[in-house]
Amino acid sequence: MSASTMEATAVREFRVEVRDGALEDLRRRLSETRFPEKETVEDAAQGVQLATMEALVRYWGGEYDMGRFEARLNAFPQFITEIDGLDIHFIHVRSPHENALPLIITHGWPGSIIEMLAAIGPLTDPTAYGGNAEDAFDVVVPSMPGYGFSAKPAATGWDPVHIARAWIQLMERLGYTHYVAQGGDWGAQITDVMGAEAPLGLLGIHSNMPGTVPPEISATLASHVLGGGDPAPSGLSGDEQRAYERLNELYTTGLGYSIEMGHRPQTLYGLADSPVALAAWMIDHDARSYDDIAAAFRGEPVGSLTRDEVLDNITMTWVTNTGVSSGRLYAENTLGFFDIKGTTVPAAVTVFPNELYQAPRSWAEQAYPNLIYFNEVDAGNHFAAWQEPEIFTRELRAAFKSVRRPT
Amino acid sequence: MATATGITPFHLEFADEQIDDLRRRIRAARLPSKELVDDRSQGVQLATIDALARYWASDYDFGRVEKRLNALPQYTSEIDGVDVHFIHVRSQHEDALPLVMTHGWPGSVIELLDAIDPLTDPTAHGGSAEDAFHLVLPSLPGYGFSSEPGELGWSTGRVARAWAGLMSRLGYTRYVAQGGDQGAAVTDDMARQAPAGLAGVHLSLLRSALANTTGLPTESDEERAALEALDTFRKSGFGYFLEQSTRPQTIGYALLDSPVALAAWMLDHDTDSYYKIARAFVDGQPVGNLTRDHILDNNTNYWLTGTGASAARSYWEGGRAAALAAGQAPPAVSVPVGFTTFPGEIFRAPRSWAEAVYPRLTYFNEAERGGHFAAWEEPRLFTDELRSAFRPLR
Repeated sequence: MSASTMEATAVREFRVEVRDGALEDLRRRLSETRFPEKETVEDAAQGVQLATMEALVRYWGGEYDMGRFEARLNAFPQFITEIDGLDIHFIHVRSPHENALPLIITHGWPGSIIEMLAAIGPLTDPTAYGGNAEDAFDVVVPSMPGYGFSAKPAATGWDPVHIARAWIQLMERLGYTHYVAQGGDWGAQITDVMGAEAPLGLLGIHSNMPGTVPPEISATLASHVLGGGDPAPSGLSGDEQRAYERLNELYTTGLGYSIEMGHRPQTLYGLADSPVALAAWMIDHDARSYDDIAAAFRGEPVGSLTRDEVLDNITMTWVTNTGVSSGRLYAENTLGFFDIKGTTVPAAVTVFPNELYQAPRSWAEQAYPNLIYFNEVDAGNHFAAWQEPEIFTRELRAAFKSVRRPT
Repeated sequence: MATATGITPFHLEFADEQIDDLRRRIRAARLPSKELVDDRSQGVQLATIDALARYWASDYDFGRVEKRLNALPQYTSEIDGVDVHFIHVRSQHEDALPLVMTHGWPGSVIELLDAIDPLTDPTAHGGSAEDAFHLVLPSLPGYGFSSEPGELGWSTGRVARAWAGLMSRLGYTRYVAQGGDQGAAVTDDMARQAPAGLAGVHLSLLRSALANTTGLPTESDEERAALEALDTFRKSGFGYFLEQSTRPQTIGYALLDSPVALAAWMLDHDTDSYYKIARAFVDGQPVGNLTRDHILDNNTNYWLTGTGASAARSYWEGGRAAALAAGQAPPAVSVPVGFTTFPGEIFRAPRSWAEAVYPRLTYFNEAERGGHFAAWEEPRLFTDELRSAFRPLR
């Protein structure tokens, strides 16, 4: 190994330091926000409502502590290491318990590692959070390329498959010979792909947005994006029919953001230039998480998804100017969001009631030939770890119990 | 004193503070990192926006929009609850044919300004008195100086009825209509509604094929090429369309708060016009009349009127109307139709397609130059097309 390769593959400690003036500039832009007129409907059918954005901008520019995300991240051990020429930022917390199970958790869009912060304590230090030493994990939470403090790729090629392979390298580099992986949203796809690559050390995966949709149903859904398209499938069970209907709602009215970022991420200059544009774009992910976030800005948060949590994520994205670079992942991607990815390793699934769709057990069994755990929980939206860190932690403990090596 | 159904002269004035604020925001623009490709496949290129922002803040004359529009007779009139802004230029030739022309998105009446003189004053522009038009150029509801409807349901069909009302209010008993883009949708709806007095229409976009090509012939090379172009648009070019149809308010925050966001969103319409406009800014080599100043007149007008979200909402209304009409075929077109295919348009509609959609096709031509913004880019050539298309209807 040459000196320069050693330097590149070295794992360097990292701390967030927000540049002087960045927060003042943000505050100034917020104070000068020029809003559009009110939507012409009484619900979210035209997108993020004016009342939500007015409340968000008022709180963000007024009461919110802009230094929060920096302080929260710097409370964890953070590192950077170069993989395939790109600096990857990650949080790495080792459990105080020997024999903890190493776990790599991958976030999604419009999320970031911020989604996972509240789950790190319970996962790594279970005895302090109502669990047993046998439940402990060593936790690695990387920022995807183009997100947060990971570098922004300067060339194409960082698709979910490439990221999955990079994560396998990362776990090896950290010296983990056996580990498990978890994800939701993009993180779920990356985790599924890791499960399909099936490196020797990967003992199992857990997903809160599993790819289980049968190919013929996936094709029908895709045909509905522009209106019209193929007729609805027949012969589905009750669970399957409900899953199809939820997905169809998304495909017919909810994919604008995703298709715009898939086709033209660079056109979204507002994400770099306007905090209100960035915030609106980021909270318009899916109808149910939008409802929860809008409730948070009315002072009625659902679970742990508070105003401060939402703004920690948006502020970090603003400060790192990663609105556009994070959106490029949609342009890179060639996989179907909810398609079966060919995972062969032991797989666990938790179904959250307000996720984009509720994967039926029948589909999960087809998608994951080695399904070791399947559970439906009673609270949580698309941002499961963020909104319900306790349920999320409990699910991971239960899901991975059977793959732990006897001590 | 104007009555509720009256016509009020209109003169526009922008406040200096508004212009200072715009200039300051452009200068303070924070840009993203460069796209990862060497073409427009990831969207509006950083070099284009960089050049545009520099010219807009430093060299562009912000008084242009006011001067250009105020040089024309402008009015507003309340129709169906909306204050409709329009330019109305009567030809000196009394027997001129009245023509209502409708702009599209991301355009405005500004697209049509340079066609006004040749259309209304043909003898000064290479034509004869028999080619003259009396011209009415309305701003779509929610665009420019037209007000935004306070209630739902303003699809292009309702706009079409409003335009027929406007023409009748102006005293025109026999007239023709023209449009491209959203204007083609409005004009197509007028042709299907066939209000008394509408003698014929001219279109430059085959609206129905954009939505659905079922039943159109696909044997010839031209037909297959058109189908392929439409397929490319559906696979890679309709993000803005879908976002505006489903979430106009969400993208609206960017369009109201950030001039570079607005400019980029408006530049990213179709491949041909994007590259032409990018050339104007990056290489200083405009194509036809699509100059930096003309592009920025339109952007500046959107910014100063604060109509990014309300214009986007017209797509949402279109989507809602399509959903409500699902399965029902629109009424057939009975009036004569003229059609010009401009080579740079999203797809080059072949004569066979225009004939299939409009059985009374009385004029068809494939122009030598021009793209989606035909009137804007090639006002003279566009004028020639309208003269030829409407000649048999005089």
